[in-house]
Amino acid sequence: MSEPGGAAASPGSGDGRVVVDLRGIRKEFPGVVACDGANLTVRAGTIHALLGENGAGKTSLVNVLGGVYLPDAGEIWVHGQQRQFHSPADAIAAGIGMVHQEFRLVPTLTVFENVVLGSAPRYLNMGQIIERVAHLAATYSLQTDPSRPVWQLSVGERQRVEILKALWRDADVLVMDEPTAVLTPAEAADLGLTLRSMADRGRSVVYISHKLDEVLSVCDEATVLRNGVTVAQPRSLAGIDRSDLAEMMVGEAATQIQRPAERPSGDIVLELSGVSALSDRGLPALHSVDIDVRAGEIIGVAGVSGNGQRELAEAIAGLRPTTAGTMLLAGVDITGASPRSRSRAGLAYVPEDRLGMGLAPAMSVVDNAVVRSYRSMRRRMMLDLRRCEEFCRRLVERFDVQAGRIHEPVGALSGGNLQRLLLGRELTGEPKMLVAAQPTRGLDVAGIAAIQEQIVAQRAAGVGVLLISEDLDELLALSDRLIVMYEGQVAALMDPTQVTRAEVGAAMAGSTSTVSGGNS
Amino acid sequence: MSEAAVVGLLVATVQFATLVYLAGLGELIAERSGVLNLGVEGMMAMGAVSGFMMALATDRPWIGFAFAALVGMAVAGIHALVSVVMGAGQVVSGLAITIGGLGFAAFIGQDAVRERADAVFTDLGIAGLADIRWVGPILFNQPPVVYLAGLLGIAAWFVLNRTRLGLALRAVGESASTTDSVGHSVTLLRSGAVLIGGAFAGAAGAFLSLYMAAGWTEGLIAGRGWIAVALVIFGAWRPGRLAAGSLLFGFTLALQPRVQTFDLSIFGLEVNTISPALLGILPFLLTVVVLIAISFRARHRPSPAPAALTLPYRREER
Repeated sequence: MSEPGGAAASPGSGDGRVVVDLRGIRKEFPGVVACDGANLTVRAGTIHALLGENGAGKTSLVNVLGGVYLPDAGEIWVHGQQRQFHSPADAIAAGIGMVHQEFRLVPTLTVFENVVLGSAPRYLNMGQIIERVAHLAATYSLQTDPSRPVWQLSVGERQRVEILKALWRDADVLVMDEPTAVLTPAEAADLGLTLRSMADRGRSVVYISHKLDEVLSVCDEATVLRNGVTVAQPRSLAGIDRSDLAEMMVGEAATQIQRPAERPSGDIVLELSGVSALSDRGLPALHSVDIDVRAGEIIGVAGVSGNGQRELAEAIAGLRPTTAGTMLLAGVDITGASPRSRSRAGLAYVPEDRLGMGLAPAMSVVDNAVVRSYRSMRRRMMLDLRRCEEFCRRLVERFDVQAGRIHEPVGALSGGNLQRLLLGRELTGEPKMLVAAQPTRGLDVAGIAAIQEQIVAQRAAGVGVLLISEDLDELLALSDRLIVMYEGQVAALMDPTQVTRAEVGAAMAGSTSTVSGGNS
Repeated sequence: MSEAAVVGLLVATVQFATLVYLAGLGELIAERSGVLNLGVEGMMAMGAVSGFMMALATDRPWIGFAFAALVGMAVAGIHALVSVVMGAGQVVSGLAITIGGLGFAAFIGQDAVRERADAVFTDLGIAGLADIRWVGPILFNQPPVVYLAGLLGIAAWFVLNRTRLGLALRAVGESASTTDSVGHSVTLLRSGAVLIGGAFAGAAGAFLSLYMAAGWTEGLIAGRGWIAVALVIFGAWRPGRLAAGSLLFGFTLALQPRVQTFDLSIFGLEVNTISPALLGILPFLLTVVVLIAISFRARHRPSPAPAALTLPYRREER
C-alpha cells in the first residue's frame, strides 16, 4: 500500500494525491464479520470503483468511512491525517459525502431546504440560498428546481439532491452506494457526466457497483473486496475487461463442499415456461424464463445480483405477479395462484430477506415456527398452545436451532439460528419443491454447513430444489445443474462438474450466451 | 339581540381564541419536532394554579404569568425526559401528565380556591383606539396577553420558516435519522421544542386563572387543553391557520355560556334553544372534518402532519 501523499501519479487521472486511505479495516456484527483486512486508497480527481459480490463488505466499509460505523480495527486516513469518525457529522466535517442507497431526504421540505439542512446560515435568506443552490447545481450539470418539494421529484432527481447536499458541504470525496440501481439508463448516463465533472475539478468519487460494464466505462481505478478482504487494487482499468473483474470478485475456490454422489432423476416438479415479471420500479426484470426442476435435483442459480434472481424467486413464490408465461408445480398450473395455495400445493420458500420477509422479529420463536401450519393446531376456534409449543420444540430440536427460550422474540437469535428456524419451518409438511434464496449469506461456517446439509438432505428425499446463491463455491458443489442469470434471462445452463469458475464468471458478466455442457 | 351582547360575544371570542392559541402554538412547536404531547390539559392546570398562587404572593400578574410558564416547562420536562431522551411511548407519557397534572394542581390549589385575586391582568385600553365603536373594545381594549400571543405567533412562524433552527426543527419532525445524519442533535431539538410547548401551555393556563376566570377552582381548564390539541390538527400544523382556527374555536367557546340568552332566530331556528353541550363538541367535530379532508387529499400529496410524529428515535448501530 502506498503512503498518503507519496503515491506516484496514475496516468490520466488527477494528480495522484491520496485523499482517503483506509487500512486494515475490520468490522464485525453479531455473528457476521463484514470486513476484516479491507483497504481502500482513493486519489484526488479519480472515480474509484469499489467492487465485490453482495455480502463482500462494500457497504460496511464505506459506512466506516462515512462515520456510520465505528471500525473494530484499522485506520482511517484522510488527506494524510489519521481520523476517528464517531458520527456521520465527523465524516462530513472531514469532507466525506455519502449518498446511501436509501436516500436521506425529507420529502415535505424543498430541494434547497434539504440541501442546506445541517449547514444552513442562521437566517434563511430564501432568494439568496436558492440562487446559490441553483448555481452549484448548474456547475455540475445537476438539473433541478431548488424550490420544489422533494416529494414531487423522481428518483433520479432525488439522487441529484443527495449529490448537491454533499457538494454544498464541500465534500472532497463523494461515496455513492450502487447509484445506478435505481436509475433509468438515460439518468445513469447523466450521472456519469456529473461524476466526471466532479473528478475534473479535483474531487474524488467512490463508486460502489457490481455492474461491471458501468464500472469499466465510468471509473478510473478499482478496489475489489471478497469476503471482507481487499483482494485487488488495480491502479488503472485500461486493458481490464469484464471477465477479469468478474474473476477478481469471484476468486478461487476456497473450501471443498462434499458433493452429493448419486443423481436420481425424477419427474419434473417445477416447470416455468416463458415467465416474465417486472421489478419493484415497474421495469422488466425477467424476460421469458424457462426452467424445469426435477424431483431430487438441485438447480443452482448464479448471477451478479440484480439480474433477476430475486424477482425469479418471488415470482415462483407468488409474491410477484408475472406478466407472461406459465408455472406448473407437480403438473398443476399455479400461474395466478396465491402464495398460500402454492404452499399447500407443496412449495417451500426461503426468502432472501430472512428477518424482514421470512420471520417476524418481534414475535416469539413459537409464533414464528407455527405461522405456516397453525391451521392444523386449532382446538375449536382457538390455537392449541400446547401443540404449538410441542411442534416448535420438535422443530428446534430437529434443525438444531439454538433458541434459548422458545417464547423469546425471534429477533434476538443469531443469523444462523434464524435461518435454521426458517428453513425448518418451510420444510415441515414435506414439500415437493424448495426455493431457497441466498440461504447461507452472512452465516458463519457452522451455520453454512448446517443449511447446506439440510438442502442436500431434501434432494435425497426427492424434493426439487432451486438454490439461488451468490456463493459460487456453494453452487458448484451442490448443484446438479447450474443456471446463470444475466439481465433477467437464463444466459447459460451449465454442468457444474464440467465448468470452471472463470467460465461461470464470464457468463455472469454476460460474455457468453451459450449453453455449455448442460443436460438435455 | 343588543349591540352590547354582540360586542361582548366577540370580545370573549378574542380572549378564548388567545387561550387556545397560546396552548395550541406550544403544542404545534412540539408536534412539528415530532413529539405529540397529550399533557397540555395537565400543563395548563399546573400553570393556572401556580401562576395564580405566585401572583397572589407577589401581587404582580406578570410574575405569576412568567412563573406559570416555568412550571409548564418543568412539567413538560418530564415528557421530554420520558418520551424523547428515554424513547418511551409519547401517548402514554402525555396522558399521564394530563391526569397527574390535573390531580396535582387540585392538590396544591386547595387553599387558593377561595382566594380572591386582585393581582390579575387588566385591559390595556390603547389610547385613542379603544373607544372606537365595535372595533375598539374587541381589538384595542384587551389584556396584554392577547397581544403577546399575537406576537408569539408571528415569532413562531418566523423561526420555523426563516431560520436554521426552524429548518432543523421541521426536518426532525419529518425524519429524525436524516436530521441526525447531517449533524443536528435529535434529542436537543425535540426536548427544546417540548419545553417551549410546556411554557406556552403553562402561560395559557395562567391567562385563564389570572384574567379570564380571575381565580382558581378545580376543573378550571375544562377541556380547553384538549381543544388546543385538536386545534393543531385543525390548523394543519401551521401557525397562520392555527390563528384562524383558534378564532373559530374561540367563537364556539364564547358562544357556549351565552347562547341561551340570545334572542335571535336563524332560518326559523331559535338560537337560544341550541344546547350549550352540543356547542361544546363543535371544535372536535370540525377537527374530525379536517382530518377526513386531509386523508382525502393525502392520496395526492403528503399529509400535513409531521411524518415522524410519535415515533421515538434511536440511532441505529447495526
